[in-house]
Amino acid sequence: MKMLINVPERVVADALRGLAAAHPDLLTVDVERRIVVRRDAPVAGKVALLSGGGSGHEPLHAGFVGPGMLDAACPGEVFTSPVPDQMVRAAAAVDSGEGVLFVVKNYTGDVLNFTMAAELAEDEGVQVSTVVLRDDVAVSEDGESAGRRGTGGTLFVEKIAGAAAEEGAPLVRVASVARRVAESTRSFGVALSACSTPARGAPTFDLPPGELELGIGIHGEPGRERRPMMTSGEIADAAVAAVVEDLRPDSPVLLLVNGMGATPLLELYGFAAEVHRVLAERRVAVARTLVGNYVTSLDMAGCSVTLCQADEELLRLWDAPVRTAALRRGR
Amino acid sequence: MERDRAQDGGAPAGAPRGAAGLDADFVVRWLTAAAAAVDREADRLTELDAAIGDADHGANMRRGFRAVTGTLAEDPPATPGAVLALAGRTLVSTVGGASGPLYGTLLRRTGGELGTEAPRVSSAEFAAALAAGVAAVGALGGSAPGDKTMLDALVPAAEALPESFDAARRAAVAGALATVPLRARRGRASLLGDRSIGHQDPGAASAALLVTALAETAAEAAGSPDD
Repeated sequence: MKMLINVPERVVADALRGLAAAHPDLLTVDVERRIVVRRDAPVAGKVALLSGGGSGHEPLHAGFVGPGMLDAACPGEVFTSPVPDQMVRAAAAVDSGEGVLFVVKNYTGDVLNFTMAAELAEDEGVQVSTVVLRDDVAVSEDGESAGRRGTGGTLFVEKIAGAAAEEGAPLVRVASVARRVAESTRSFGVALSACSTPARGAPTFDLPPGELELGIGIHGEPGRERRPMMTSGEIADAAVAAVVEDLRPDSPVLLLVNGMGATPLLELYGFAAEVHRVLAERRVAVARTLVGNYVTSLDMAGCSVTLCQADEELLRLWDAPVRTAALRRGR
Repeated sequence: MERDRAQDGGAPAGAPRGAAGLDADFVVRWLTAAAAAVDREADRLTELDAAIGDADHGANMRRGFRAVTGTLAEDPPATPGAVLALAGRTLVSTVGGASGPLYGTLLRRTGGELGTEAPRVSSAEFAAALAAGVAAVGALGGSAPGDKTMLDALVPAAEALPESFDAARRAAVAGALATVPLRARRGRASLLGDRSIGHQDPGAASAALLVTALAETAAEAAGSPDD
């Protein structure tokens, strides 16, 4: 597998150097310690949002650091959670005294490292609250596994809770908004190809040309079910069915049609049209739509559908200004 | 050190000579041997992880244990408890993933049970401390033996350790192999459901390496005079 890299060991550091070079107005990047911080942090009187996770999901999370969204991101090695030292240092850098919200995706490694980091940060006098994303409906919540994964829904939590923090809401309020979004959000992903990690240089699982994988996560792991290749419309039918039948929305939704990294936007917009068709057939009103590569899995081809049932307040916070490397509107 | 073992009521059979005196040097040699084993077996651990996880366990463990040996070579603490606590903190800071907090907690809690003051601990004290460390891993991960995790090697090893270091080694190796037919209930492998069956758990495999290194270090200590 050909890759645009120097050596596998430096992939994350090289990307952070590029992020720093591209966005000096927005970000302060500590390449060695692997911490990306909002340029003007700490922002006086504002609750800070901190997230992180394995690399390979770009622009998540560092691409969402900036006014109206995250204050700090801690990237780990590819598909490996960051270590507590990163989160403790980042929390100290962004805490204005109003506290820090940790946004964590439900993977064993992320949860354990963020839990340890929260304890250590609190020992240093930083007030920490945590929200854990578990939006992926492909995984059963029967207690027989690590439980549902955090995937595309992370973007909704980081944007909406980030807007609440930007408005000056206190930590308990920002955390409750974040939890409300997390509980109102569901996702489902589909892979047309596996992804290749830089260290391995080859696909993480074997997916024959004529087949696709339904119910995948964002780490190149196999999914729930393998089927013969389907059309965009058939994939939309399956993905929307999985999400809607779990979420059962009774008010308008925010829709994220997300690319996994190697699917062209031409295909993704065609897929977005099919998703809108299926939602209309199911009488689900769409309040806002975002289409693009936001929560990716390296060079995996495929897509995910995320729906967030949004009330008036969540919709207003979704529409609020944001200025980050990957998502900008309103100023 | 030179006490007759018959007079040392707490010393298990097969324990190293001078069982009443596991010191900081013993723990450093154990962790150095463990690092060498992890280094040697890193590719195998990664291959096991590729089957049911995300193919990085060997690389992550190697990074962490290299950091441990580096830190211990630089400034080795004077007591076994302090060595274990420092090694645990180093693993937490360098490994990432689930393995970092879990192995870090294992060593930190074991070291914490020994305390930072005692320059020597008995084998019985060491076995009790390790059992507490293993229990802390179970509490942190919310898991139990049978879930197809490192606990499937660590729990039987801790139970056998009061008998002898070699019994612990045998129990750990057998426990790791016994994860093959299990269905994972914790960690990323659990997301595969039945597809996790038929593969050895990489965490149990690395745990068996650590316990094997411990038994080998103890055997060397027993074999070397005046240790």
